[in-house]
Amino acid sequence: MSEVTRGEAAVNEAVLTCRDLDFRYDRHPVLQNVNLAIPTGDFVCVVGPNGSGKTTLLKLALGLLSPSAGSVLVFGTTPARASRRIGYVPQHPRLDPLFPVTALDVALMGRLGTTPTLGPWRGKDRQAALDALAEVGLADQAQRHFADLSGGQKQRVLIARALAGEPDLLLLDEPTAGLDAHVEEGFYRLLQELNKRLTIIMVSHDLGFVSGYVKSVVCVGREVLVHPTSAINGQIIADLYGSDMRLVRHDHRCSEEGHQC
Amino acid sequence: MLGAAFLGQGFFQALTQHPFLQYALLAGVLAAVPCGVVGSYVVIRRISYIAGGIAHTVLAGLGLVHYLQVVHGFTLISPMTGAVIAALLAALLIGWVSLRFKQREDTVIGAVWAMGMALGIVFISLTPGYTTDLMSYLFGNILMVTAQDLWLIAILDVVVLAVVIFFHKQLLAVCFDSEFATLRGVKVERFYFLLLGLTALTVVLLVSVVGIILVIALLTLPAAMANLFAGRLRNMMILAGGLSAVLTTAGLALSYGPDLPAGAVTILLTGLAYFGAVILRQTIRPGK
Repeated sequence: MSEVTRGEAAVNEAVLTCRDLDFRYDRHPVLQNVNLAIPTGDFVCVVGPNGSGKTTLLKLALGLLSPSAGSVLVFGTTPARASRRIGYVPQHPRLDPLFPVTALDVALMGRLGTTPTLGPWRGKDRQAALDALAEVGLADQAQRHFADLSGGQKQRVLIARALAGEPDLLLLDEPTAGLDAHVEEGFYRLLQELNKRLTIIMVSHDLGFVSGYVKSVVCVGREVLVHPTSAINGQIIADLYGSDMRLVRHDHRCSEEGHQC
Repeated sequence: MLGAAFLGQGFFQALTQHPFLQYALLAGVLAAVPCGVVGSYVVIRRISYIAGGIAHTVLAGLGLVHYLQVVHGFTLISPMTGAVIAALLAALLIGWVSLRFKQREDTVIGAVWAMGMALGIVFISLTPGYTTDLMSYLFGNILMVTAQDLWLIAILDVVVLAVVIFFHKQLLAVCFDSEFATLRGVKVERFYFLLLGLTALTVVLLVSVVGIILVIALLTLPAAMANLFAGRLRNMMILAGGLSAVLTTAGLALSYGPDLPAGAVTILLTGLAYFGAVILRQTIRPGK
């Protein structure tokens, strides 16, 4: 409801804005007519069934994909121009587990784009990477080999890599895939802590678990519905996933279209 | 072991007398630098198949320049330079293919690989004279290395080390997670081509040591061995370079006495060392 009344002002201070966004893959529509605005300081979970287009939405926000129609703006500009302000956290199993790097080596990669192109890392880069590792609770693991870390620690190193670039927005793609439930809980608490100074957008297929931690939920079906600050009811979930799911309660916020909630 | 020591002793005596052996030894040691550095990138970026494609198209360059020399008296460039040009062209072509046609990448590389080789064989068969040249291209002849070749290898050492010192950050990030590197503003495609260019130059050098057929083993196996024990890329490169120097020297020493092909003996040693290293690693740290 707040979005409707805030109007254009809300768009200006929005971290991520999609306007009439369409994305087709080989003429097959993936996302249609997406309109959403995510304000500064939000902690958003993007949910939807497999193949619903939630990762596509993330890649559009990163500028790795371009819209077929409409626009995506990050901090009021194109994703490519905003990329220095975005910290991206992919899924760790996508990476080669035997790659010869330490946790610090990985965290340092987040400094690319902030440090001079030629030559080795500067002392400033090393300090930023160590600070980032400390922030995710891995200060004592900096010299450990990435291969020797647990799944949860690897995922934290990837967050440290994103933080080392001093971003204003953190984008995470299924960050808890393959983690144990108790590890997952600590992970969400870390994100809650980071949310005090960063806007966070996270893709997840698991709505039930995250609902206690996030501030709002974006549901991706064929179209995208924003659920800010109120309760998602069973009907919405059934529509989205096509079957009954555990009902979750969380704060609910309405999109500009005035989605029926 | 005693036999090996005896053969080695004969080799070291001969080494003091024959400059061609000194050249061969120096070639192996100098080639170990790009072998360790570029081989490590090839292994961690998993582009050995691409390196194989580049290696085999080298025959087209060698064959064409050799043919032009013998038949048309063309002396502007040496077969080695022809090999460098062919390898760089192959790297550009294969790199472009692998970036644009991800799904059919291996098929297309296989086609470039085979056509490069076929073209080389056609030119060699058109060239009158002995076909021993073909054998030395395919299986290497480190004993034929000239002082000029040594200079070429030394220059490449400097080029490879300079590139790595300047761009280590970007190359590491591109190999580890190219998507993330793109998002941090790294020109990923440029660095990919840079890596393929370095691979092409390294392959040409190693061809003179072990030949076209065996070059991929010498490029990748020392790095793969090093990857088993080194946890950081820099250590992996140093270890791989050291292993490569030891293995080419040992191959040369052991092949000299019984007059066996040095390239083949080097590769046999390298292969044995690799499997030995895998077993050793399993024994030290099982389950990894």
